[in-house]
Amino acid sequence: MNKDIIATIKENVIQGRKTQEDVGIDDSLEGAPGVVELMQQALESNISPQVIITKGLTAGMQVVGEKYSTKEYFIPDMLASAEAVGAAMDIMKPVLESANVETKGKFAIATVKGDIHDIGKNIVAILLKGAGYEVHDLGTDVPTEKVVEFVREEKPGYLGLSALLTTTMTEMGVVIKALEENKLRSSVKVLIGGAAVSDEFAQEIGADAYCADAFDAVRVLDGCQQTG
Amino acid sequence: MPRKGILVDRPYERLTREQVELIHQASMQILTDPGLISFNREAVDILHSHGAAVESIAGDHQSWQVKIPEQVVLSAIDSAPKTVKLGARNPDNTLIMHGDEPRVYLVTGSETNIWLDVDFPTYVNKADPTREIRMPEFKPRRGTVDDLCQSAHVCEHLEMVDGYIRTVNIQDRDITEENKDVNKFFASLNNNTKHFMSGLTSLKQLDNVVRMAELIAGGKKALEDNPIISFITCLVKSPLQFVDDTTDTFIEVCRRGLPIVVSSSPQAGTTAPIREAGIMAQINAEVLAGITLGQLVKPGTPVLYGSVPVRARMDTLGDSYGSVETSQYNIDCVQMARFYGLPNYSTSGVCDSKIPGQQSSIERLFSDIVVAMSGPQYLHCAFGLLDCNSVFCLLQAVLDDAHFKMIELFLRQPRIDQTELEAVLKQIREVVATPQKLYIGYIRPVLRSGEISGLYPFEGGGEADDVFELAYERMKELLARPVEHIDPETTARIFEEIPGVLPRLNIYERGD
Repeated sequence: MNKDIIATIKENVIQGRKTQEDVGIDDSLEGAPGVVELMQQALESNISPQVIITKGLTAGMQVVGEKYSTKEYFIPDMLASAEAVGAAMDIMKPVLESANVETKGKFAIATVKGDIHDIGKNIVAILLKGAGYEVHDLGTDVPTEKVVEFVREEKPGYLGLSALLTTTMTEMGVVIKALEENKLRSSVKVLIGGAAVSDEFAQEIGADAYCADAFDAVRVLDGCQQTG
Repeated sequence: MPRKGILVDRPYERLTREQVELIHQASMQILTDPGLISFNREAVDILHSHGAAVESIAGDHQSWQVKIPEQVVLSAIDSAPKTVKLGARNPDNTLIMHGDEPRVYLVTGSETNIWLDVDFPTYVNKADPTREIRMPEFKPRRGTVDDLCQSAHVCEHLEMVDGYIRTVNIQDRDITEENKDVNKFFASLNNNTKHFMSGLTSLKQLDNVVRMAELIAGGKKALEDNPIISFITCLVKSPLQFVDDTTDTFIEVCRRGLPIVVSSSPQAGTTAPIREAGIMAQINAEVLAGITLGQLVKPGTPVLYGSVPVRARMDTLGDSYGSVETSQYNIDCVQMARFYGLPNYSTSGVCDSKIPGQQSSIERLFSDIVVAMSGPQYLHCAFGLLDCNSVFCLLQAVLDDAHFKMIELFLRQPRIDQTELEAVLKQIREVVATPQKLYIGYIRPVLRSGEISGLYPFEGGGEADDVFELAYERMKELLARPVEHIDPETTARIFEEIPGVLPRLNIYERGD
C-alpha cells in the first residue's frame, strides 16, 4: 500500500499533476488524486518524509530531467513537475522541521533595483523549490538594503540576483559590495543570471557563479551541496 | 478517408475578378486568332469535327492551323469534372480535389536526370590543425532505378508528401525506351502507397502500365474506382503548338478515362511574352486547348489544369524557377483554374540553386509559401529538386518536408471565437491574480495537442549549423523504416504478365 502511494506520487510528479484538477501529460489520470492529495495520504499512512522525498519526489524529478534532456519534455513540463514537488515540500515543511530533517538549504532570489523583469527569476524559483530548496522570492526592483537586510536576518546559504537590462546589471555589483561592507559576504554564495550578464561579468563583480539558465542554477546549487 | 491536405481558409489572390475575366477573354481571342498549330493529325480531326476551323500549313512537317471557337472551349470546361479523385494503393492516401475548394495537396516531382549524393568529409583548419569541421559535399551522377526506389521509399514516409511524381529519370544500362515506363511505374508503386503520377516515355507501354495498375488495384473496375495512377502530358508546346507524340499519348490516356494533367510550361521572355498579362493569356489558352481536346475525346475525362509557367533568366535564357515572377505566374494560374472550377496542378519550390544551401532554401521557401497560400489543389512542389528541373537530392526532400510542415501550421485557420475568448479571458484573470503572473501552466494541453509549432527539427547544438547532417540522419532513419510493398501474389502476376520489368526489382525473388 505504502509502495503504491509512493509510486503514484512519483508518477504524478512525472505527469506534472499538482492536484487532482490537473490533466497531466495524458488523460489517463484525469480526476485521480494529484501530488497534493497523495501527500496527505502518504503522511496519514505514516510514510517517512525521507522515503517520500527520495522514492517519490526526487525519483520522479529525475525521470522528468531525463525526459527533458531527450527533448520528450519541454520547460512547461519541467515547471509543472517542479511546482508539484514544491507544493509537496510546503506540505511536508512542518513535518520536516519537527523531525529535524534538513532541506537542501535556504535560497533567496531577487530582481535587482531598477529592473522589473521576472520571468527568468520566477522559473528559477519554481525549479529550485522543486529541487528541494527553501526558496524565498524577494520580488522585482528590490532595493539593495532590502536584500542585505534579508541576508542578515534570514541567513540564506544562497542568494540569486537577476537582471535583464544592461542598465541594471551593475546593481548586482552594488549588492555584492553592500554585503561585503556589512560583513555578510562570506555567509552567502551569490549566483547571478539574466540576459545581460555573463560568466566574465560574474567574475568582475565578485559573484560566486553565473547561471546561464534555470537548469544551470539547479546544477550550480546541487554542485555547491556536494562540495560543501 | 482521403488525405486531409492543407485547407487554405482565405487564399491569397493577386488578380482582381476583372483581371481574371480579361485574361479569360484574351485567351479566347488567342484560341481563334492566331489559334494553335497542331503537328498531330488526330487532334486536328477531333477539333475540326466539333467546329474548329482548320487550315493546312505548308512546310517540312505536316501541320495545321487550328482555331477553336469560344463555345467549344466553354462546353469542354463544362464537361470537365469539377471534382477529381486520385486514388492510391493505400486508400487512406486518396486525394479528393474540388476545383472550388482551396485544399492543397503537396506532391513531389519532377523527373530529373541527375541524382545528387551527399557525403560529409572532415576538413582541418590550416591555421589550427586541431580544429576540424565536417562539411557536406554533393556529388552528382546519373539517376538509376535503385535511386527511384529509394526516393519512393523515403517519400512514403515523408509526412507532408501527399502524392508521388517520379523524381528521377532511370538511366541504367538495362533500361531502354521500351522498358522504361514499366520499370518506373513498378519501382514507384512497389515502394510507395501514395498516389502515383507520371509521364509516359513510350505510348506503346501505356497498356502495360495500365494493366499493371489494374493488377495492383484489383481489376479494371477497381482501377476506375480507385485510380492509383494518373498521367501528365505536355501536349502543348509553347507558344501554342500541339506536339505530335505527346498529343497522341494524351488522347490515348483520355480514351482510357484515367486522370490526366494538361500541363503547359511557357517561359516568359522566350516562348511567351515577358509581360505578365501576355504569359497569362497564353498559358491559359494553351491549357484550355488541351482540356478542350481531352473532353472532346472523352467527355468527363478527369483533368487537372496544369501550370508550370516560368520566367527566363536574363543571363542564359534558361528557366528561372527561383525568380519572384515565376511564383506570381503560378498564383495567377491558380486563380484562373478556380475561375473555371477546375482542380489546379501548380508548381512551387523549384530553385535555380544547384545544391542544397542558403540560395536553395530561400528560393524554394519563398515560392512554397506564397504559392501554397494561393490554394492550388495539387501542388507539384519539387520536393528535393535543384538546378531547376535537372537535379534531385533526397536530403533536400527531407528538408523540404520539414519546411512544408511549418507552412502547414502557418496556413491553419485562426481559432478565434466566443468560446475561445471566454476561456482565455478567464485564464488572464486567473494568472494576473497570481504572484508569479506566468501563463506557463496553460501551455501543456496546447503543446500536446499539436497546435504549437515545434522546434526546427534540424537545429544543432550551440552555434553549430548541423542542419544537413541532422537531415541526413533523418533520411537514413526513414530509409531503414519498412514500406508496404505490393503483395507476393500480385508481384508474381506483374512479372508474368507485364514484359520488361527488371527481375532485380522483384523483392520476393531476391529474398529481401
